[in-house]
Amino acid sequence: MNQPSPPPSKLPVSLVANPLLSSWLKFSAHGQVTVSPGKVEIGQGIVTALAQIAADELDVDISRVQMVRASTAVSPNEGVTSGSLSVQQSGRALRHACAEVRHIFLQLASERLGVDIDTLDVDDGTISGPGNVATSYWELADDVLLDRDATPDAKPKPVARRVLAGASVQRIDIPDKVFARPRFIHDWALPDMLHGRVLRSENARAKLVELNDERARAIADLVAVVHDGSFAGVVSETEHGAEAALQALRKGAVWTAGEPLPDESDLAAFLKAQPTETTIIDKRTAPPSAPKTRTIRRQYVRPYLAHASIAPSCAMAQWNGDRLHVWTHSQGVYLLRTDLALVLNLRAENIAVEHLEGAGCYGHNAADDVALDAVLLARAAGGRPVRVQWSRAGEMSDAPFGAAMAIEIEADLDPSGEIVDWRHSIWSNGHAARPGRAAQPALLAGYELKNPFPRMISTNPPQANGGGGDRNAVPLYDFRSWQIESHRLTTMPIRTSALRTLGAQGNVFAIESMLDEIAAARDEDPVAFRLRHLDDERAKDVICAAAKRAGWKPAKQPGIGYGIAFARYKNTGAYCAVVAEIEGDEDIRVRKLTLAVDVGEAINPDGVINQIEGGAIQATSWVLKERVRFDRQRITSTSWTEYPILRFSEVPNIEVEVIQRPEIDPVGAGEAAHGPVTAAIANAIFDALGVRVRQLPFTREHLVAAMEQAS
Amino acid sequence: MPSVRFRLNGVGKDIDADPDRSLLDILRGQLGMIGPHFGCGAGECGACNVIIDDRAVAACDTPFWSVAGKDVTTIEGLGNAERPHPLQRAFIAEQALQCGYCASGILMSAAALLKRNPAPTSREVKEALDGNLCRCGSHNRMVRAVLRAAKEMATG
Ligand code: FES
Ligand code: FES
Repeated sequence: MNQPSPPPSKLPVSLVANPLLSSWLKFSAHGQVTVSPGKVEIGQGIVTALAQIAADELDVDISRVQMVRASTAVSPNEGVTSGSLSVQQSGRALRHACAEVRHIFLQLASERLGVDIDTLDVDDGTISGPGNVATSYWELADDVLLDRDATPDAKPKPVARRVLAGASVQRIDIPDKVFARPRFIHDWALPDMLHGRVLRSENARAKLVELNDERARAIADLVAVVHDGSFAGVVSETEHGAEAALQALRKGAVWTAGEPLPDESDLAAFLKAQPTETTIIDKRTAPPSAPKTRTIRRQYVRPYLAHASIAPSCAMAQWNGDRLHVWTHSQGVYLLRTDLALVLNLRAENIAVEHLEGAGCYGHNAADDVALDAVLLARAAGGRPVRVQWSRAGEMSDAPFGAAMAIEIEADLDPSGEIVDWRHSIWSNGHAARPGRAAQPALLAGYELKNPFPRMISTNPPQANGGGGDRNAVPLYDFRSWQIESHRLTTMPIRTSALRTLGAQGNVFAIESMLDEIAAARDEDPVAFRLRHLDDERAKDVICAAAKRAGWKPAKQPGIGYGIAFARYKNTGAYCAVVAEIEGDEDIRVRKLTLAVDVGEAINPDGVINQIEGGAIQATSWVLKERVRFDRQRITSTSWTEYPILRFSEVPNIEVEVIQRPEIDPVGAGEAAHGPVTAAIANAIFDALGVRVRQLPFTREHLVAAMEQAS
Repeated sequence: MPSVRFRLNGVGKDIDADPDRSLLDILRGQLGMIGPHFGCGAGECGACNVIIDDRAVAACDTPFWSVAGKDVTTIEGLGNAERPHPLQRAFIAEQALQCGYCASGILMSAAALLKRNPAPTSREVKEALDGNLCRCGSHNRMVRAVLRAAKEMATG
């Protein structure tokens, strides 16, 4: 049958997927509006930004807006909160929904008050018109039916009429956090709650061949020992009892030797020796403007990086017959539910997954893994809820890591040192193995059960979503010809998944270091060199703004260096330029970072600055210190001593300039700084010491190696 | 079971518990407090910091018996929404955190610092907080907040 195709919808993506207006907004007769987004708070202030948008669009005071935590039971399905897309997707959908709802209220008010809709005004929820007639959202709440689908017709307010969006509003979650009111999952206590711990071997992928649980059973408060294949754990009345029982159980466990890990001292060689799947990411050809006279080839290496949240992952689960309730700090409640349903062979409708805040997680950490742990242990709890918390060592070794990368760039240069051809190749595991996206689950315990699921090999998101290992590998510069290719490993001895920026940090590090080197060889100022090769005005603006603010280029002082770098995150997101000031000889200290960013409309400018600062500091930590360590059997960086991160006394001064563009849709700020900060520090090291370090992190060991190589 | 007598947030306590367990374990477990957070359990991150007498210490690394006769203050005893400590006010004013999991321990380190040094320099603040880890990169804002609180306390 021939059906006319529906007219193209202009609805924001999240509304297309969840059109029911009442799933986003509810009004009470008591002067409250409840907003229920599908995105979750991960310390990025999104809940506040969304409340600002709703308050603005509805014309109510922000204190009337109640934000509901995401839950599969009540919230729209907005996938995962990641990739800096949260404000973009959720914000746009919410703004649109609020505009439509406001209009629905005005229509009814116009009927009731007998005045023309265009003469009505809303002030803090009170709707008034000519001749002092008035009603309110609250009065009409019971009569307005929001159980209807959003339409593309709603028109959000013009930018100039937004009052709150664009203003720095205090985050609504912060008071709870400084007054120690329960907000974190770790601080949540359910009635009758039990505590669980899971036993895992230190050796990578070791199998449990024998388990004697006699000692564990003798520990006070023990409720159950759970054992299924290589998955084992304990349930206890108390947290202390669970810890003690776990230790006892460990003594009764016999494991196989596990599977070998790569040689950490030569990651590039390992990555390049693996079987891979190769993709040409982009190709551009043009006859060379001048003959090539030489080629330079450089290799850049990034190690595996840990998410290393300050809190170990935690979850709670409770069974009621064949119904399951899970509390989690996962970034995607629906996606976790999908994978739980796969592992348990249960219908998704039987599972409710509810979000509670965790510590900042920066990607796919162990939040989802621990949820399955809790679910499996809770089966032995007779209907009582079980809370499971990982150990620090577990968090640092069993959670997925950010993937190591080897990146090779070859540039053909003409006689004047200009680039005539550019080739960029990446060897890396995939950067994404999030739950809920494949036919098989991506949860750790799922690989350990007696009937195990196959281990997921990480893949890369499609380029339309920003890519994975290839993220930011295509230069924004006007080189005439290039080839960008990605070699994704099809083996995965070390588990990797999404970490903040995916491959962008590595690729921007490589591109921006190489450019700096080429500019320096031409004796050309690196700012001028970049500007000459860009035609995007927003890109030029952030570079000029950062350079100007940093007084580019400050006069030379011994031991001090300055470097600049730029990227537009995903090539479609936030623009960010950084000037780094470093000091160093054997050890590098970053003294100052000056950043300029353009995220389009900055809904909460102070929130944007907070995220950029946070990203810049985290990137500095990655760059100066971080590297997952391992021997051939096991991950060895299992504590803060072996996996050090930046401390207060090492943190640089940071200045951020936000270029406001209220007419352009907002994009996230959380991942904009990592790549540029990395390259700017590398370039500053060259400025100070005359050496190019191409292997992260920039520790004494890698500096010395770079110097030896150069001499 | 032996009991340990100490003062918790100004109130006398006499707690029956295994004295070899950690103070954090007792505070979060038996006493149901949520302010001091578990981060590493090894004295390496400061998420669990409390003030014992006048010093900020990691509760996870402090055996329970050792607090006998001492004054223990947790974030719950520092202030609350009705009567906030200047540090809590300053952390809100400076929007000095992202996820905030590290914040309760950092507030305790800062409170101990301001007690012994009411007018610290920013370098002194950083030194005092060096045992506290923050993964979100909120450091500079936190230092600003501590300096702001010191100023506010000085001007009364
Ligand atoms: S939990 Fe006590 S120092 Fe980390
Ligand atoms: S604010 Fe997240 S760890 Fe400090």
